[in-house]
Amino acid sequence: MAPRRPVAVVSFAQSHSVRREEEHNDVEMLQPVIVDVFQKVGLTKDDMGFVCSGSCDYLVGAPFSFVAALDAVGAWPPMRESHVEMDGAFALYEAWTQLQEDDIDTALVYSFGRSSMSELGRVLTLQLDPYYLAPLWPDPVALAALQAQALIDTGRYGEADFAAVASRSRRQARSNPHAQVTGDHSVEELMADDYVVAPLRRHTLPPITDGATAVILAAGDRARELCERPAWITGMDHRIETHALGARDLTTSSTTRQAAAAAGLLDGEGEGAAVEVAELHAPFAHQELILRDALGLADTVAVNPSGGALAANGVMVAGLVRIGEAASRIMDGTATTALAHATSGPCLQQNLVCALAAEPAGAGRG
Amino acid sequence: MSDEGTLTHAAGPGEGPVTMLATPIRIDYEFTAGLAQSRFLKGISEGRFLGQRCPKCQKVYVPPRGSCPTDGVPTTDEVVLGNTGIVTTYCVVNVPFQGQAIEIPYICAQILLDRANIAFMGLIQEVPTDEIRMGMRVEAVWVDKKDLAPSMASVKYFRPSGEPDAAYETFSEYL
Repeated sequence: MAPRRPVAVVSFAQSHSVRREEEHNDVEMLQPVIVDVFQKVGLTKDDMGFVCSGSCDYLVGAPFSFVAALDAVGAWPPMRESHVEMDGAFALYEAWTQLQEDDIDTALVYSFGRSSMSELGRVLTLQLDPYYLAPLWPDPVALAALQAQALIDTGRYGEADFAAVASRSRRQARSNPHAQVTGDHSVEELMADDYVVAPLRRHTLPPITDGATAVILAAGDRARELCERPAWITGMDHRIETHALGARDLTTSSTTRQAAAAAGLLDGEGEGAAVEVAELHAPFAHQELILRDALGLADTVAVNPSGGALAANGVMVAGLVRIGEAASRIMDGTATTALAHATSGPCLQQNLVCALAAEPAGAGRG
Repeated sequence: MSDEGTLTHAAGPGEGPVTMLATPIRIDYEFTAGLAQSRFLKGISEGRFLGQRCPKCQKVYVPPRGSCPTDGVPTTDEVVLGNTGIVTTYCVVNVPFQGQAIEIPYICAQILLDRANIAFMGLIQEVPTDEIRMGMRVEAVWVDKKDLAPSMASVKYFRPSGEPDAAYETFSEYL
């Protein structure tokens, strides 16, 4: 939907993405990120009109772990606070919705995820339908491999295209100090990787990541006070597909397209809007190709300058990082328009699309 | 428990609809205590309680979690706490339950260590259950030195210290 009130990303912070955070617990991992996101705009938690977080108890195996994590923010005196058992991008959506009401001007959004504490593949299996799929324990790599094979079977893409995505992602990630997997590898080199689950070779898989991230949203004049170049959210939407994998066309992303249309990112002919930067949450290399097609991105769009989810894929974190990275390209002046995408569930089941610009929606447009 | 799910059929297998499906799930986790709790547990293995103080509100938390839950700032100053404290409130357990390790009746209490600003739960022994009271002064009884480990099992229990009871006003904030 389009905003009734202009709201912008004014601050973004993230932890380093690591394979296993051995020293710090959730609170200790999250706290420096919260401190950082506040320092960048000179605010404290007492300035926040709303706080919303995204995390998953299954990752740490502890009920209400998000309540304990609030210690990193400090929840006294009582604050307006909420949580989604989803990626932080969806928490940002809730905060953005709250900010459409006039009584608050700022919101803190954060998310954290420690995928290293258990076998991530088994944990993520538990998000599947509990009667027909979960008892078979198909892990996310196996399901993504079915999707990749279906994509190959359409004749649109092949394994070398997947490798090209990974090659470019790792190369771009070299300039991202928070990335976990970086490198300069040609498609030919990557194609020598072994299969993990055919047709997915090692490089087409995301790393397993521990990390945390935070964003501050502000509305109207408050955003202009806090940030020289706020990254205005000109539209945002999210849609979900059925849990029944067999009932979906896994080779396209209909919900990404619906969300993009609702966020104002498709023109009348269904072509993608002319954005300069797109941060796509594609945990598997082939999913970036599906998303590009769904969004109708032109070849000129800079896709995942951060390296994307193939460079660091904190579960519950990577989607909000996409919004933060896309917003940062606007805040640092390298772009005037950007889009961010976040996904959740197996094989791109749920998709959120966020349109960002250096000017609020309506400004300077016909 | 078997790793395979079990199906219960209305009649025999292959006849009639499935009426029940059991799908056992097991996932193992490796817990990370974190810096603050690791310090605390190391202290326990040395037979002492270590807390941390908030630089803003000056409150001392034990066990520390590395952050002040009120102010949201790191608690960096370590505080060595004494062996004595106050029973702020308690409960006499009379009900048996599965896995019970202690003979009933026994006393479970919230204990506010001296100089700490948060109470934690502990077992009280060496006092008849009808003599326990709010404000009672207690001290920790540790396992033998050779058995000290980074676990709360190193504290066997708390017992009355023999000091006069604390005034209600001194702990009423912590109930």
